[in-house]
Amino acid sequence: MLKRINISALMANVVVGLMLITAPARAQLTINVETSSGRQVPIAIAPFALEAGAPQNITPLIADNLARSGMFRIVNTVGISNLPTEPSQVNFVDWSSRATEALVIGGIKPLPDGRYEVNYRLFDVAKQNQLATTSYTVGASQLRATAHKISDEIYEKLIGERGVFSTRIAYVLKRGSRFELQVADADGFNPQAVLSSLEPIGAPKWSPDGNKIAYVSFESRKSTVIVQDLVTGQRRVVANFRGDNTAPNWSPDGSKLVISLSKDDISQIYVIPAGGGEATRLMQSNSIDSGATFTPDGKDIIFFSDRSGGPQLYRVPATGGEAKRLTFEGSYNTTPRLSPDGKLVAFVNREGSRLRIAVLELATGQRTILTDGPLDDSPSFSPNGRTILYEDKSGGRGKLGEVSADGRFKLKLSSQSGDVREPAWGPFGSSGAR
Amino acid sequence: MKRMLIGIAMMALLAACASKDPAVTKVETRDPATGASGNTTTPPNTSGTNQIPPPTGRPGDELKDKNNILSKRVIYFDYDTDAVKSEYAALIQAHANYLAQNRNRKVRLEGHADERGSREYNMALGQRRSNAVRKAASALGVGNERIETISFGEDKPKATGHDEASWAQNRRVEIVYDGE
Repeated sequence: MLKRINISALMANVVVGLMLITAPARAQLTINVETSSGRQVPIAIAPFALEAGAPQNITPLIADNLARSGMFRIVNTVGISNLPTEPSQVNFVDWSSRATEALVIGGIKPLPDGRYEVNYRLFDVAKQNQLATTSYTVGASQLRATAHKISDEIYEKLIGERGVFSTRIAYVLKRGSRFELQVADADGFNPQAVLSSLEPIGAPKWSPDGNKIAYVSFESRKSTVIVQDLVTGQRRVVANFRGDNTAPNWSPDGSKLVISLSKDDISQIYVIPAGGGEATRLMQSNSIDSGATFTPDGKDIIFFSDRSGGPQLYRVPATGGEAKRLTFEGSYNTTPRLSPDGKLVAFVNREGSRLRIAVLELATGQRTILTDGPLDDSPSFSPNGRTILYEDKSGGRGKLGEVSADGRFKLKLSSQSGDVREPAWGPFGSSGAR
Repeated sequence: MKRMLIGIAMMALLAACASKDPAVTKVETRDPATGASGNTTTPPNTSGTNQIPPPTGRPGDELKDKNNILSKRVIYFDYDTDAVKSEYAALIQAHANYLAQNRNRKVRLEGHADERGSREYNMALGQRRSNAVRKAASALGVGNERIETISFGEDKPKATGHDEASWAQNRRVEIVYDGE
C-alpha cells in the first residue's frame, strides 16, 4: 500500500496547462493549475491497449483528473518503449527507477455489438502488487463517464477518501445580456443550460439528492426563489414574498430551505418548506442577517450578520435562539459555507478592498486565508471536502477557481463563452439526473 | 391587464373624489414652476398610443418631463454605506409630494451595489439602501404599503467598468413607479 508521507515537497508556482483536448469542441471550461505544493503521489498511466482506435481516449482524462485533484503528480510516459498493457508486461523495477509509486494499465476492446469493454489495473510499484482492477462494458457515449469512474476508484484506493470526478457543478454563465444556469461535469465538460433568462439568475444550490437546484431569479423584475427539478425540468416558485427573496440553502434532509426575506423590513432569515409555503422567522434582529447555511447534522444554522458593525459569521440553533459569534478577525466576513463533515466553514473575507476566500476551523476558531483576491467570492465545498470551488470576479470576466481546503493547491477554470459566476459543487451520486 | 384596468378605474375614482376635496386640490396646485396643472384640464388623447386615455390629470407626465425634478430617479451612495446624502432631500421630497397627490400610485425602490463586496452582502447592502430611501419618504408621510423596496445587489450595474467612476454610478437606488 502506498503511504502518504508528510514531506513538504514544495513545487510552488508550477503552471501546468491542462487543456482538455480529448473531447469534441464544446463550450467548456479550460483548466489551469496555478500552484501546487505538498506531497503528491507520482503515478504513471500507460496508454490503454487499442485506445487510439476508440472514439474517446480514456487515459488522458484519468491523468487530467488526478492532476487536477492536486494529490498526484503524473509521471511522463512519452518516449518509454514497450509500455505495458498486460500485467505480465509490467517491469516494477523499471517503474521504481522512474520514481513511480503507482501504475495504471488497461485496454479498451471494441465488442461486436458496438460497445466497448474497458478494463484497468492499478499497481503498487514498490510492493509489486495489484491494488485494484475493474472491467466495464459501455457504449461509446459512456466512455467519458467511465474514465471518471476509474479516476474515482484510483483516487479512493490511493488517497483513502472518495473522488469527485463523477460529480457535477452548477454555475451561472453570463453571455452578453443573457444569464444561463448551467450544469456541467466537475471537469467543466458537457455544460447544459437548464435555464436562460434576460434578468439575473444567482445563488444556485443543489438539493442533497442532486436532483434539484434552488436559485434566485429576477425574471419578475425582483428576486424570487425557485426550485427546479433537473429530471423533469419542472420549476416551482417557492418564495415570492414582498421585497427580496434571496440566499436559499437546503436542509440536509432536503425538506426545507433556509432563505433571506425582507418582507418585514431588512433582510432576515426564515425557514420554508422546500416545496414552498409559510415562512418561519428564525430570529429578530435590527441588522442584516443573511447567507444562512445548515450544519450537516441539521441542528444549527451558520449565517452572517452586521449586528456588530461590519458583517461577521454567527451560529444559531436551527430552531432559533441565541446567536453566537464565530469570527473576530477582520471587519468583513460573509457567505459562510460548511464543509461536508461540518468541521470547516469556507467564507468570504474582505481586507482593505480585497475579497478573499478563507476557512474557519470551528473546533479551534483558527482562520486561514486561502486566496489572494482581489475579488474572490461564492465558495462551495467539493463533496469530499478536499477542495473549495469559488468565483474570481476580477476584471469583469468571471472565472472559477479551485483551492484545496488546506490552501496548498490552486487552479483556475475559465470559459471562452462568457462570464462564469456563483459556482455550486453538486453532491455525490448526482449523475443520474440529466 | 386586468390589474391595469382596476388601476385606471381607481385613478378615475380618486380623481373624482379629489375634485370635490378642496384639501387635495390645494396640494395639486402646489407646483406651478413645472406647469403641471393638476387635475383640471385634460386635453384629448390624440397620440393614438394609449387605447384608454387617462381619465384626468394625465398622471405620469410630470414623471417624464425632463424639466421636472420628478424625472430624476437615481440616488447615489458612497462606498459601503446606506446613508442618503442631503443633496437628495429635494428629490425625495418631490417624489413624496407626488405620491401624496397621486394616492393610487406605488413605487419600487431598487437598490444596487458596486462589485467590491461579496454577492450576498451586496444583495443586503442594496436592500439597506432602498430601505434608507423608503424611510426618508416615510418620514415625509408616504405609507410603507405604497413602497416596495428590493435589491439587485451587484447584478445590474449601470456602468460596466472597474474603476471608481463606474462604481460610483453603480451604488444607487432607482425610483420606479408602478407600470413603468
